[in-house]
Amino acid sequence: MTRTKSQKALIRFTLNGEPSEVAFAPHKTLLEVLREDLGLTGTKHGCELGECGTCTVLIDGQPILSCLFLGLDAEDREVTTIEGMAEGGKLHPLQDTFADLGAAQCGYCTPGFLLVAKELLEKNPSPSRNEIQEALAGNLCRCTGYIKIYEAVELAAARMRGEEVEPPRESIYGFEV
Amino acid sequence: MKKNNSNEKKVIGKPFRKVDARAKCTGQTKFADDIVLPRMLFCKMLRSPMPHALIKRIDISKALKLPGVVAVLTGRDLPIPYGILPVSEDEHALCIDKVRFIGDPVAAIAAVDEDTAFDAMDLIEVEYERLDSIASIEDALRPDASRIHEYGDGGNVHKKVSLEFGDIEAGFADADLVREDVFFYEGNTHLPLEQHSAVAILDPDDKLTLWSSTQTPHYVHRALAKVLEMPATHIRVIATPNGGGFGGKSDPFNHEIVVAKLAMVTGRPVKITLTREEVFYCHRGRHPVLMWVKTGAKKDGAITAMHFRSFLDGGAYGSYGVASTFYTGALQTVTYEVPRYKFEGLRVFTNKPPCGPKRGHGTPQPRFALEAQIDKIAEELGLDPVEMRRQHLVKPNTITANYLRVGSIGLGECIDKIVAASDWKNQYRKLPYGKGVGFACSSYICGAGLPIYWNNMPHSGVQLRLDRQGGVCVMCGSIDIGQGSDSILAYIVAEVLGIDPFDIRVITADTDLTPVDLGSYSSRVTLMTGHAALQAAERARELLAKAAAEKLDVPTECISFSDRRVFDVEDAERGMTFAEAVQLAESKFGTIGTVGSYTPPRSPGKYKGAGVGPSPAYSYSAAVAEVDVDPETGIVIVERVWIAHDIGQSINPALVMGQVEGGVYMGLGEVLMEEMAYRGNRNVVHKFPSMLEYKSPTTLEMCDVKTILVEDPDPNGPFGAKEVGQGPLLPVPPAVVNAIYDAVGVRIDEVPATPEKVLAALRAKAQGKDGRFGPKSVPDVEWPEPIRVPTPAEGGDGKELPRVAVHS
Repeated sequence: MTRTKSQKALIRFTLNGEPSEVAFAPHKTLLEVLREDLGLTGTKHGCELGECGTCTVLIDGQPILSCLFLGLDAEDREVTTIEGMAEGGKLHPLQDTFADLGAAQCGYCTPGFLLVAKELLEKNPSPSRNEIQEALAGNLCRCTGYIKIYEAVELAAARMRGEEVEPPRESIYGFEV
Repeated sequence: MKKNNSNEKKVIGKPFRKVDARAKCTGQTKFADDIVLPRMLFCKMLRSPMPHALIKRIDISKALKLPGVVAVLTGRDLPIPYGILPVSEDEHALCIDKVRFIGDPVAAIAAVDEDTAFDAMDLIEVEYERLDSIASIEDALRPDASRIHEYGDGGNVHKKVSLEFGDIEAGFADADLVREDVFFYEGNTHLPLEQHSAVAILDPDDKLTLWSSTQTPHYVHRALAKVLEMPATHIRVIATPNGGGFGGKSDPFNHEIVVAKLAMVTGRPVKITLTREEVFYCHRGRHPVLMWVKTGAKKDGAITAMHFRSFLDGGAYGSYGVASTFYTGALQTVTYEVPRYKFEGLRVFTNKPPCGPKRGHGTPQPRFALEAQIDKIAEELGLDPVEMRRQHLVKPNTITANYLRVGSIGLGECIDKIVAASDWKNQYRKLPYGKGVGFACSSYICGAGLPIYWNNMPHSGVQLRLDRQGGVCVMCGSIDIGQGSDSILAYIVAEVLGIDPFDIRVITADTDLTPVDLGSYSSRVTLMTGHAALQAAERARELLAKAAAEKLDVPTECISFSDRRVFDVEDAERGMTFAEAVQLAESKFGTIGTVGSYTPPRSPGKYKGAGVGPSPAYSYSAAVAEVDVDPETGIVIVERVWIAHDIGQSINPALVMGQVEGGVYMGLGEVLMEEMAYRGNRNVVHKFPSMLEYKSPTTLEMCDVKTILVEDPDPNGPFGAKEVGQGPLLPVPPAVVNAIYDAVGVRIDEVPATPEKVLAALRAKAQGKDGRFGPKSVPDVEWPEPIRVPTPAEGGDGKELPRVAVHS
């Protein structure tokens, strides 16, 4: 019944823009490798069954569920986690608008949402509300009702397009009668 | 020199970022499972596969021999019972003689890694002797049912209560219409994205530290001291930021006690993080409640009397259940005038994961029943359901029939604004078949008036420390579960001291470092910690003002605080920086530290059972739901919810909006799809212990939300603020079922209103039967003689009448 302790595997890949290498038990998921072997705990887990989207990271720019992705398969790929989203000390516009609008309440699902939204805006700089909903449909949030998240994505999209815009008054003070 | 307008608020009412926003948006918030310590062991708990069984034998010897296993505990290692309420300490960290639901833990393993701990679970031998399992309220009430616990109000009845306020029979006799309706609200769960997690370590000085994703570090602290038989002074509980709580992390949990014990036994740090399946077994979510409501009304819709009965399926343990039971009968009286009121409630034990408090704790179920019934009453009386409600609202500064003291009530304004904004008058009964609108109101407490264990101490404490660099540190036992409570502390202190909220260091939820706050439950935090923070900040401000006034040679009351400066209100240029004011004060008084605390006002109710329901203030909401019902499939799409919420005063409107939208979302999930469903032999195996199968709204199901904030400051709230975390969930389920009726003419008297139920009601209607889906009756039980309390209108003083001795 004792488990044969397999030798660690070593992979090389690009992590948040930096060439990296890591050794880990070969059965581990990318989620586990990031959190346990690399100490990058910004990537969260909500189910470890591919159901909630919380553990989303970007591989070669595409969102994937790191709980369903073998660490070994990250070899030679570009992995972006929440830790790699800000540029130096400067937040990504999505991080700024999520912070400004309160789109992160408990903050646990936030890294996953931010990375999916980042990829969305890279391929579609002016998404409609429906397109945002479609893109984020694989990520669950239990706090916000998603509304502040949509608004934050829309505001960041506008700013990234170079528009000087402030959040709509209604999203902060409510509908005025 | 321009006079500074000191009444103008610089922070309160402004949409500042949360103090932890940057950490949360960069993945740097440290949740419990993010804690990694050298030599840390991993814990797994072996759980019962039986719903109800005696433990005949348990053998851990093989597991102990597995390489990598460091320790194994069973129930005998933790023999002392505990539970959140002193009246129902019916849990053991690990079951000793008996298991009571599938998922009840029987053993715990600490191993060098999680895989080894998993393997060790297979090596523990447990022999069970199966008992009859109890699957439902009806089952539990069978006289021959096997008993789950040996305490309570007889058989499997955990708690049975009966309260009567005024002569309800006279009220019914006086009514033009008396309706009796039966409703059912299915149980559902919190489903926080973060699974519960805890880490324990025996400190170098032989004291114990536990980090845990808990909403109630103070109660966990007490439970640990009790079960581990250690002085509380040797235990430190640190609540980590909760990745969602919603009430689901409010009990002291078995896994917290187990890792603490394992850390003591092994001398090494021990972590447990539950799997998603295990989170479903922790539960403590919404009770399934069966309800019978009898209401009398005059022709104009004025209620003459109400008799409410609720039957709660409590699951396997007490948890908050006694409070939940009372809550199903408490808040019926605070929206519309109910001059005479009777409540009978009972909670049963069943062999399912224990129920407890979920957002709205015990009140969404009766609110659903009440608002759905009022819709039926309005129809029968030929009245507009909104206008009828509007005419009979509780007036401000009222004591209700059951002795709840209502202060401000902004519900009238909520109704007026939402009717105008949603164009109700041109929608209701005017939309084509399949489309409809529905209306409902609600109210919620702003903190419970009484603590969970009896004491006369404050419910919340805040300590402030000011240093000569101008730094301000605020310390409070409250825990941020995403609602923004850390930020509320900073905003309030910043407002009073005229500094920026981001100048403040906030330290919370650490039993070694922070004064007690009872926890993040009952929508109490903004109001109670807010008052404590306000008091501490005002005391600090007074010290600084005295020192500055002396220096500027002006009276103390002429000192103003704003923009990180302390100055003469008559001449703003005569002044100093905030840091200089602290230095002057430190020179004059010594190290500057102040405290503040808050204790709620005493409730006017003095009868047995008066402890649940009183609150310093009540928030109010009104909602209109717009639905699209497909009569072919029964699928209900909620297009939009209009909601007006009486917040008293927004401390931060952006955060208030987020709470309203989140509450609407959760109410939408409850009314459309969320349910704790069970299957299998005797219906006690959880059907959906996964996030895929437990349906909750994604972005594709979430409706548009139009929020209106109504600010009617309450004299009992800090700056007039009331709660928003829970109240806005409440009107959503009834507004949606009322809208379904407007759309297709069927009454869904049961939550969730799934397509199957809508179709069944439509088919029944097409066959000329009652176009309704819902329970038909409630069990016939013998209720205890009620505690009789004359109402304020009858000259009552809040005390119950003496019991009349019954001679046989």
